[in-house]
Amino acid sequence: MTGRVDFKIERRPVASGFIVFLVSLIAIFAALAVAGIFFQIYGISPIRAYQLLLRGSLGSTFGLTETIRRAIPLLLCGVGLTIAFRAFFWNIGAEGQLLMGAVTAAGIALFSKLPGPLLLPAMFIGGFLGGAAWGLIPAILKVILGVNDVITTLMMNYVAIYFVEWLIHGPWKGPSARGFAYSDTFPRAAWLPTIYGTRIHWPTLVLGLVLAVVMYILINYTRSGFEIRVIGENPDAARYAGISQLKTTLLVMLISGGFAGLAGVGEIAGIHMRLLGPTHISMGYGYTAIIVAWLARRNPLAVIVTSLLFGVIMSGGDVIKVSLGLPFQLINVFNGLILFFLIGSEILLRYKISFFLRR
Amino acid sequence: MDNSKGYAIELHGIVKRFPGVVANDGIDLKVRRGEIHCLLGENGAGKTTLMRVLYGLYRPEEGEIILNGQSVHMTSPRAALNHHIGMVHQHFRLVPTLSVEENIILGLDEGTGPLMNFRKTREKISAIADEYGLPVDLQAKIWQLAVGQQQRVEILKALYREVDILIMDEPTSVLTPQEVDQLFTTLRTLVDDGLTIIFITHKLDEVMKVSDRVTVLRQGKHVATLSTAETDKPTLAKLMVGREVVFRLKKSPIKRREKFLEVNDLYALNDRGLLALRGVSFELFGGEILGVAGVSGNGQHELAEVLTGLRKSAKGRVFLRKKEITNCSTREINDLKVAHIPAERIRMGIVPSLSICENLILKKYRHSPFSHGEFLDNKEIEENTRRAILDYKIVAPSYEIPVKLLSGGNIQKVVLARELSEDPILIIAVHPTYGLDIGATEQVRQILLAQRERGAATLLISEDLEEIMTLSDRIMVLFNGEVMGILDAEGANIEEIGLMMAGTRYRGEEL
Amino acid sequence: MGWETWIITTLSRSLAYGTPLLLGTLGEIYAERSGVLNLGVEGMMIMGAYSAFTTTYITGNPWKGILVGAIVGGVFSLVHAFASVTLKANQVVSGLSLTMLGLGLSGMFGRGWEGKPLPATISKITISGLSKIPLLGPIFFEGQNLIVYMTILLVPLLWYILYRTRIGITIRSVGESPATADSLGINVARVRYVCVFIGGILAGLSGGYLSVAYRPAWTEGMTAGMGWIVIALTIFAFWNPVYGMLGAYLFAALYHLAFRMQIWVSPELLKAMPYAFAILVLIFVSRGTLQKRMGAPAALGLPYTRGEE
Repeated sequence: MTGRVDFKIERRPVASGFIVFLVSLIAIFAALAVAGIFFQIYGISPIRAYQLLLRGSLGSTFGLTETIRRAIPLLLCGVGLTIAFRAFFWNIGAEGQLLMGAVTAAGIALFSKLPGPLLLPAMFIGGFLGGAAWGLIPAILKVILGVNDVITTLMMNYVAIYFVEWLIHGPWKGPSARGFAYSDTFPRAAWLPTIYGTRIHWPTLVLGLVLAVVMYILINYTRSGFEIRVIGENPDAARYAGISQLKTTLLVMLISGGFAGLAGVGEIAGIHMRLLGPTHISMGYGYTAIIVAWLARRNPLAVIVTSLLFGVIMSGGDVIKVSLGLPFQLINVFNGLILFFLIGSEILLRYKISFFLRR
Repeated sequence: MDNSKGYAIELHGIVKRFPGVVANDGIDLKVRRGEIHCLLGENGAGKTTLMRVLYGLYRPEEGEIILNGQSVHMTSPRAALNHHIGMVHQHFRLVPTLSVEENIILGLDEGTGPLMNFRKTREKISAIADEYGLPVDLQAKIWQLAVGQQQRVEILKALYREVDILIMDEPTSVLTPQEVDQLFTTLRTLVDDGLTIIFITHKLDEVMKVSDRVTVLRQGKHVATLSTAETDKPTLAKLMVGREVVFRLKKSPIKRREKFLEVNDLYALNDRGLLALRGVSFELFGGEILGVAGVSGNGQHELAEVLTGLRKSAKGRVFLRKKEITNCSTREINDLKVAHIPAERIRMGIVPSLSICENLILKKYRHSPFSHGEFLDNKEIEENTRRAILDYKIVAPSYEIPVKLLSGGNIQKVVLARELSEDPILIIAVHPTYGLDIGATEQVRQILLAQRERGAATLLISEDLEEIMTLSDRIMVLFNGEVMGILDAEGANIEEIGLMMAGTRYRGEEL
Repeated sequence: MGWETWIITTLSRSLAYGTPLLLGTLGEIYAERSGVLNLGVEGMMIMGAYSAFTTTYITGNPWKGILVGAIVGGVFSLVHAFASVTLKANQVVSGLSLTMLGLGLSGMFGRGWEGKPLPATISKITISGLSKIPLLGPIFFEGQNLIVYMTILLVPLLWYILYRTRIGITIRSVGESPATADSLGINVARVRYVCVFIGGILAGLSGGYLSVAYRPAWTEGMTAGMGWIVIALTIFAFWNPVYGMLGAYLFAALYHLAFRMQIWVSPELLKAMPYAFAILVLIFVSRGTLQKRMGAPAALGLPYTRGEE
């Protein structure tokens, strides 16, 4: 009797780190391939586009530094998001939290009259608190009233965007901005130092790297981290063990919102030196950071790598944009595709496919 | 077709594998037309898997299904229904938010287009209900019905589809003894009308009472097929377990100590906002096991939750060793040495993707020696795991694997190890042996008796009357959120308890 | 401006602005009733808007544009259906990726289309007899277009299908208890695909209405978060098309009332109003245990695998 080859899909108990890495890599390449098809349809050779992307982001010193400066806000937001996603709090609001951090820091820079050396620390603290406050509102609404976290965090992005618009068109519009919608330029003491000749505001970068390590330790080696993991993996068991959902969620969103706020401080004190239009402050870092965190498999240390990867895409995307005349929305095509292939490929982590002979 | 002794179903060499287990290892089963055929075996013997293969829910790796002499491919439940096979699952397949009649006609396409002809269907359902004595309110929503009624809907659903073969998976676990008798009568009527019934159970009494023939499965293998009239309980027990069963638990005479738990006039709401506990009062002493019997959904779940701080009470007071704990938080109650073995161990008792180590400290990670300040002490945590694995005979390949990869019995032992290793004074144990095989069941019961010996007070909530009768010192029966009576387990009469489970108050002397 | 005209314009504008919200909400209700949470509404809407606009521009026929918009929305939604039903991926993340992809693709390909004038739009109609009815006439029967009426007619239709037909019972059972539906021979995956597709078609239609009827123009990101408001409205509606209609029009009315406050409040803050409203609306319906009782479909957001329950 002859048989036919059949296959079956079985649950895979635990996927090894190597398989996770491999599958992630496949997902990214698949996404880039599909994006290439879209380039082709648009009338641009995908090979040329990717050449430009790589040359623009990694092929020159300027490109490299731009990649790193893009990675800074992604790193801070991404590390914060891994913590929120560990507790399965869907923080889609890093964009708004980043803006609110920028607003608070700008307020301190413009109006506080603090002595010079205190100004930057105060801006970072204020920015942290501004972002955290914006993040804590949805946290409270979710735990106490059961309001959907995806929608509230997302809606608050829009509220933050228009709040910034209002500030720069209205009360904070700088007298010296010559009619443009900017605030005044910050005093010198509120400018972050940069690595000479680049736009890498290194204090923020160092802060991001340190926080990535600290968060890795928090998640894996502390009581709070344990509570976060239990809540995320099984909220019923957390309730049963007496872990407070309110306290943990607040902590998680304090961190997640706060870190996004810090990213906002870095952008305005390290790059722009003033409060300006929301799309100039952020260019969607808060959204891209979602993918950064997810690609890092919610591991804060891995965010260091994934934020760099997206730094490449963002700075390379900039080059494509300018040289090929593509719109900024291009980055969203990459984001959407990578995220899609990433979660689509997770089935390969949960299941394995084996072939056998059916008689 | 021609001879009534022919086989309705023949299964040949069914093999079904799951990662790590062979659930069905070449099983043969022959069921005669018009008989009640019991499928007997322990939890995990492969009974349900085999029936899911027959019902088209699982595709077997090997084997053949022959219906009325013809080989068939059972690719989906739809195929099974087309072959007039129906199945009443252990966990009912009903949509709670839909009405009874909507549930009955769900998935049927009777050529009436998208619109439903409710008048016609109602007539047909009523006719079936009358014929077999299965009355039920057709317009009621499923969630409004008691479990017994829900089962009736399941049977009606199958009969409405004009099944010839009806598979019933552990149908008695949700019924009172009287309801069980009623069910058996119904099944007899169905068989007399020409149906063939496969009845899955692990209870020997039921096999003897209801079946014509019985097939015993053990560890995924066919062990024997016997005519019920020619066998007896000890033989079946031996076949089922694979060794001589001396199921005698050593239970020393009760040494009552001080009053540990006092519950006064307790009221609580369920998740739907309806009263689930209505004035429950009882006392529980150190060194005793108080069994709580009742059909599921009569307030047991809410009682356990209120006592462990997971649910707020609406009225009434609870005292633990004279200290009031009414509406204290889970953490406060836990810190007073109250252990909780939850009903759904996977949903609530463990964090499936975390390691054994981490699951073992789920409630005590905040305390020394497992943490110092904010930081966890991994050495102590591992040491704790090593001890637990030894003390509770947990079988695990390593400390670090996710706990979900353990077998049901070992998962329950992880829960027990965590809950009982700190010498609790009060243990709330809900369905502690549900779904475990005989070996694990025995171990869990021994552990609970050892705690009683040590002087702990145990509230044992179980739907398994036999378990309650063997372990308890006293038995409390709940019906509709009220205590129907508390009686001495010694000499308690199962008929009496059955009546109380159906809402009759205890007539004997109150304890 | 007299108070009467004031009310009439406000309500008439609300009807027009509420229509795309309602279309999207009706679609999302169907998707979620079958158990699939689709957070990609924004992406499907903008793809619908883009393709409707370009089709209308090329063919000169706005109805062809609307039709193509609906089809593109539907096809686009299948990406999410594939991820969440077939690949059993996380539905929140998959929906997000759909939104990003929609915004990205429409922004990329729509670049050359910004500011182009449409040769034709869906014309506004006035029903001569009925428009004479005082107050109601000018609101409902003057200067609205056909899509507005079609959308209103969809509400009872979709309600009836959901609650009174075999199809509706099947959809709801798949969203409440897929294991039950499966055990009765219902193809869970197919029902979910179809419902997500319906959601995509309606979202695409909604986008098309925006770009060729409501405000005939194409701008990048023109849906401006309406897709997210749709998701909030779906919760507000307790997954019921009739409440969905109430919610969408109420929301639209509030939005227009807010815009009437331009004299006191700056335009930037007013633009933030709809989003703040959406949060307030959710807070309002989340109070107490109301939601638990009227609750979401029990299997919402959960992939179904036979034999794992």
